[in-house]
Amino acid sequence: MAETLRYRDDQPVDHPAVTVDAFLDQSNAAAVRIEPGDDARELLPHLGRLSLVEVNFPAFGDGRGYSSARILREAGYEGELRAVGDVLVDQLAYMRRCGFDAFEPDQQLDKDDVQAAFDRWPEVYQDAADDRTPIWTKRHA
Amino acid sequence: MYKYDQYDQAMVDARVEEFRDQARRRLEGKLTEDQFKPLRLMNGLYLQLHAYMLRVAIPYGTLNSQQMHALADIADKYDRGYGHFTTRQNIQYNWIKLEDAGDILADLAKVEMHAIQTSGNCIRNISSDHFAGAAADEIVDPRPYAELLRQWSSFHPEFSYLPRKFKIAVIASDTDRAAMRLHDIGIQIVKNDAGELGAAFYVGGGMGRTPMVAPCINAFVPLDRLVTYAEACLRVYNRHGRRDNKYKARIKILVHEMGAEEYTRQVEAEYAHLLEEGVEPPFAELERIRTYFEDPLFEAGAPEEVDRSDPDFAVWVDRNTVAHKEAGYVSAVISLKPVGGIPGDATAEQMRLMADLAKDYSFDELRVMHTQNIVLPHVRKADLHALWTALDEAGLGSPNLDTVEDIIACPGLDYCSLANARSIPIAQRISERFAANGKTGTLGELKLKISGCINACGHHHAGHIGILGVDRKGVENYQLLLGGSEAEDVSLAKITGPGFDENGIVDAVETVTNVYENERQDGERFLDTYRRIGMNPFKEALYG
Amino acid sequence: MRLLTGNDLKTGAVTWWTGSDWSIHVEDAADVTGNEDEIARREEASRRVNSPYAVDAELHEGSPRPAHIKERVRALGPTVRPDLTLKPADPEIGNWVI
Repeated sequence: MAETLRYRDDQPVDHPAVTVDAFLDQSNAAAVRIEPGDDARELLPHLGRLSLVEVNFPAFGDGRGYSSARILREAGYEGELRAVGDVLVDQLAYMRRCGFDAFEPDQQLDKDDVQAAFDRWPEVYQDAADDRTPIWTKRHA
Repeated sequence: MYKYDQYDQAMVDARVEEFRDQARRRLEGKLTEDQFKPLRLMNGLYLQLHAYMLRVAIPYGTLNSQQMHALADIADKYDRGYGHFTTRQNIQYNWIKLEDAGDILADLAKVEMHAIQTSGNCIRNISSDHFAGAAADEIVDPRPYAELLRQWSSFHPEFSYLPRKFKIAVIASDTDRAAMRLHDIGIQIVKNDAGELGAAFYVGGGMGRTPMVAPCINAFVPLDRLVTYAEACLRVYNRHGRRDNKYKARIKILVHEMGAEEYTRQVEAEYAHLLEEGVEPPFAELERIRTYFEDPLFEAGAPEEVDRSDPDFAVWVDRNTVAHKEAGYVSAVISLKPVGGIPGDATAEQMRLMADLAKDYSFDELRVMHTQNIVLPHVRKADLHALWTALDEAGLGSPNLDTVEDIIACPGLDYCSLANARSIPIAQRISERFAANGKTGTLGELKLKISGCINACGHHHAGHIGILGVDRKGVENYQLLLGGSEAEDVSLAKITGPGFDENGIVDAVETVTNVYENERQDGERFLDTYRRIGMNPFKEALYG
Repeated sequence: MRLLTGNDLKTGAVTWWTGSDWSIHVEDAADVTGNEDEIARREEASRRVNSPYAVDAELHEGSPRPAHIKERVRALGPTVRPDLTLKPADPEIGNWVI
């Protein structure tokens, strides 16, 4: 198992994430795992009791998880949002912009490459789930 | 023309460094080909039949002479002295080395160009009307909206791993010169009864193996909500588009299977949500972009008369120049369809000449047409003879715009690893046939489009006459289609019947034009006659 | 016979497995029948070739000629630009491809 990259100061949740169906059936779980076909909006009524949402990427080319992440952040979710699975270094910056703040890749990532990925973009063109100011806002500030 | 500021330049420069780093990791073995492929594709780098191929973006088809010179220099320095202009207003080079790709992107960045998102399952280069800013019939220049969407879609964090590629076209006239309704999203800038500008959204069109004409899902999106509406369209697609079968992954299949009404309902719900999120750029940004697309300083009272005493010149003027909104000016089309030539190819020398002529005669501006020709958008009528003389000497004076010789052809099996049959030789034989029998002019407007496989890069579904190359037990075979149009009278062509071999398809095209000549009524184009009399007379003549 | 082909990783050039190395000339290609998967795996892992695969071929005047037209176009170059093919001076080469 590769190392989890975590960009949060709080303590990680210490129990495993359950499926969305299991989460909706039971009231005590604080960690859930979203699969690509799951509807992230089903979680919205329960955000208050969630501390960890894992978004699974079984294959890196399946980009549904990016929308799931942004939807949760747009709804005000502030807990840990972790991308797990086929998470590659060249996707990290985009994932971060969609609100992910932890990454649990199947394959260990090179630390220098990870740093380079997060340092890559001097600016951003559009609004997303992070707090970066888009170019078009800066131009008219 | 749009000019980069320090922000745009910084983003393009960062992309060059990112790709250099990715290519390095691939060559060092840190990335497998499966991992690298989507990354190189998002920088326009394919692995084609003979080598890597690089597709360079020409946003909304507009470029200046310095940029055209840079494209010529790349052709000479890194390729084999030529390039191929494509049906999405881009240019591609066929003989690129992976180890050079970073340097090419750096050369492009120096002239405010790039290859960002010219392939891959992301939002591709935004295309537009090649006569934008010049056409007499547009209500406004569509390119500022295309540029705004270019910025929005560049490195979009949520929409870079879509189910499939995503193509957007923007027009601003009722005449459609950009195949708008055959795009994933077609946007027409319109005016409402109150005189306000807005955007009509047509979603779910496309060609490929399942051609569809996009339905209008919203007839008027206010311009200060354009990006928000596009974001809603994309989010519904990213979440619900099919990912189980790449041949059913385009948005047209989603809209078709879900139904346009249900898709629209979901988009409207997402739109309402995103309006609260506030993802729209400040309206001042659109105003800023518009200032780059203001009219050049046209000469007031430029003379209208053209000396037509040279008959060859007069034919070229009649066929290859198009009405301009400004008196005394025209848009002049440089045909990249010489008889027997390769549609859309231009040598580095021809690119340089076109660049220099643009500088001398067209306010330093050129356009790439989706029909694989080049436009000088703003030419004084008084300069036409000098322009034509220079073009003709360089083999660029073919007077055949919108004729049977003005063929769209995909690269086909000569270059493309997806193709099943060659397209280019068929185009060559057809243009030679009609040049020889002298009918090019008398047949009038006749749009002939050839694809070498069902992916339809040669737009065969939208040809008045379409040709589709297929593989029949290892032998090239060509199906004939009739009745398509990519214009405002959009329709999808229908197949005539059994296919033909290489010689047979050229004869078949001549046969259907003979039927048209016998049946046409006054003023009818081939397409009009077909629509009036139907398929049967053509079938009868072909298979009788 | 079966030939193993791919593209050079750095240059993209079409290459053919000769039994000990990669060549841009299909005439040099060796029959890999039975060994194609093993060679492909090994050569791709060492990054001496990109995306290798095996194709059917037969001997034609003593040299391998791929069975499918696509592979013959790959082997030689675009039929519409004989000047850019591997045999620009050979007027008969079109017959080998088609």
